[in-house]
Amino acid sequence: MAEYALEINNLQKVYDNNVVALKGIDLKVQKGDFYALLGPNGAGKSSTIGIIGSLVTKSAGKVSVFGNDIDTDLNKAKSMLGVVSQEINFSQFEKVLDIVVTQAGFYGIPKSIAMPKVENILKRLSLWDKRNDQARTLSGGYKRRLMIAKALIHEPQLLILDEPTAGVDIELRREMWSFLKEINKNGTTIILTTHYLEEAEQLCRNIGIIDKGTIVANTSMKDLLGTLNVQGFVFDLDQPLEEAPVIEGFPLKLEDPLTLVAAVNKDRSINALFSELTKLNIKIKSMRNEANRLEELFIEMVNANEN
Amino acid sequence: MKTNFNVTVSLWTLTVKEVRRFLRIWVQTLVPPAVTMSLYFVIFGSLIGPRIGSMDGFDYIQYMIPGLIMLSVITNSYNNVVSSFYSVKFQKSIEELLISPMPNWTILLGFVLGGVCRGVLIGIIVFGVSLLFYPDFTVANPLLTVTVLFLTSILFSLMGFINAVFADSFDDISIIPTFILTPLIYLGGVFYSINILPDVWRSISMANPMLYVVNTFREGMLGVSDVSISFSLGMIITFILVLSVSCLYLLKKGTGIRQ
Repeated sequence: MAEYALEINNLQKVYDNNVVALKGIDLKVQKGDFYALLGPNGAGKSSTIGIIGSLVTKSAGKVSVFGNDIDTDLNKAKSMLGVVSQEINFSQFEKVLDIVVTQAGFYGIPKSIAMPKVENILKRLSLWDKRNDQARTLSGGYKRRLMIAKALIHEPQLLILDEPTAGVDIELRREMWSFLKEINKNGTTIILTTHYLEEAEQLCRNIGIIDKGTIVANTSMKDLLGTLNVQGFVFDLDQPLEEAPVIEGFPLKLEDPLTLVAAVNKDRSINALFSELTKLNIKIKSMRNEANRLEELFIEMVNANEN
Repeated sequence: MKTNFNVTVSLWTLTVKEVRRFLRIWVQTLVPPAVTMSLYFVIFGSLIGPRIGSMDGFDYIQYMIPGLIMLSVITNSYNNVVSSFYSVKFQKSIEELLISPMPNWTILLGFVLGGVCRGVLIGIIVFGVSLLFYPDFTVANPLLTVTVLFLTSILFSLMGFINAVFADSFDDISIIPTFILTPLIYLGGVFYSINILPDVWRSISMANPMLYVVNTFREGMLGVSDVSISFSLGMIITFILVLSVSCLYLLKKGTGIRQ
């Protein structure tokens, strides 16, 4: 039994135009994990996913999906893998139902066996009512759902999603999160790339950050966020302020007259801040964490790699 | 995956997808050859044909029928595969195939079978149209006719596949059919026997591969040919084998489809 859902060793990619996309990355994703692979544009995320899914030819290195080396057991590896690409990659002129049934057929699943699965997944993704619509008539959000339905129809054990919620409205994004959490809970290992760092923070247990073709961080989300020394809090005020109060040890800034933002060091108690605010007769209506903690770390790490 | 991979299902799926594609756009794929060939039969067969007289002992319209069927079969088989495979590259739906566990030979065969289905269907349609203008037509050698029909369709489907693999734009998929394929077919004995040409042009015509395809089919339908049938069949089969190996090599290498 393979120990990892995905194992990458010294993966390198140099394109024909001599662009070096991957400089020998190593990555291991545990079975059942929900893993975030983050990085700025051009960092090498899509090249990595392309190589795993056989859409890009690697220059060197090893990739195994559930222990199946893509050089020697490619078809086994492919059978266990589902990929939701960044760009729409289905025929826009076919009907939704035909697209998913055809995809099942490409995995050797006859229509008679595929149909109950297709019905189930299209219903789960709210696409069943649109099953006879041509794909080109779907909105962007429904096209994204169709991409996910296609990738899941052969019940892959590893699902890779390359920016699945790009350009998707908040409601649909939340729906997708709930769906992905559910299939992960049911045993599917998920690797996600996204530019919405809040998404990674909400969904993923482990995280890899890639920049300029190298992995700059590969750890658990909890440990990574634990490295933050300062946490931001946003206070909604009862009465407007003209300027931010000055409280020693708690840098404060006023976003607008009714919104105060505080940076609280990990070794300080937030109760002390509340006491000081009460002394100044500043009443707080509500409080939330400043979005986005992961974003700060991400920028910090990518900047460090720049230098 | 809980279901074992079944290669027959994947091949069937791709073939059905390809057939469904050209049937969905039947106004663009099935009707034009019928209309164009009807015009050929009216103008060259019924109006001008009687003034030309006979060709190799046959009425001119009767002589034209095999050539026009081949013209339609070749262009439609080629165009089906070149446009379909280039479209899946262009729309990126090629990724659906590349990510799946389908072996390369099933991908190639699926597209070729799509081209063959359209080519053969067009051949039947044009033959049906020709019977409206020459109802007494009888096929001299049905086995040879059907064999050449299928082999020709396979051959030009493979050529269309290679064109699509290397194509980077829609211009690239129309250049070869327009500027190479069609002129060679027209000069390959569709409308005339090379026996009526001066010696020089007859020798030059012998270098045109379309001449062999058209005349082998004419041998099947009418029982006359300007070339050796065994040599022609041998060359068609050889080219099919060479092109099949070339296509599989290109797929394995990922030319035009993998970065």
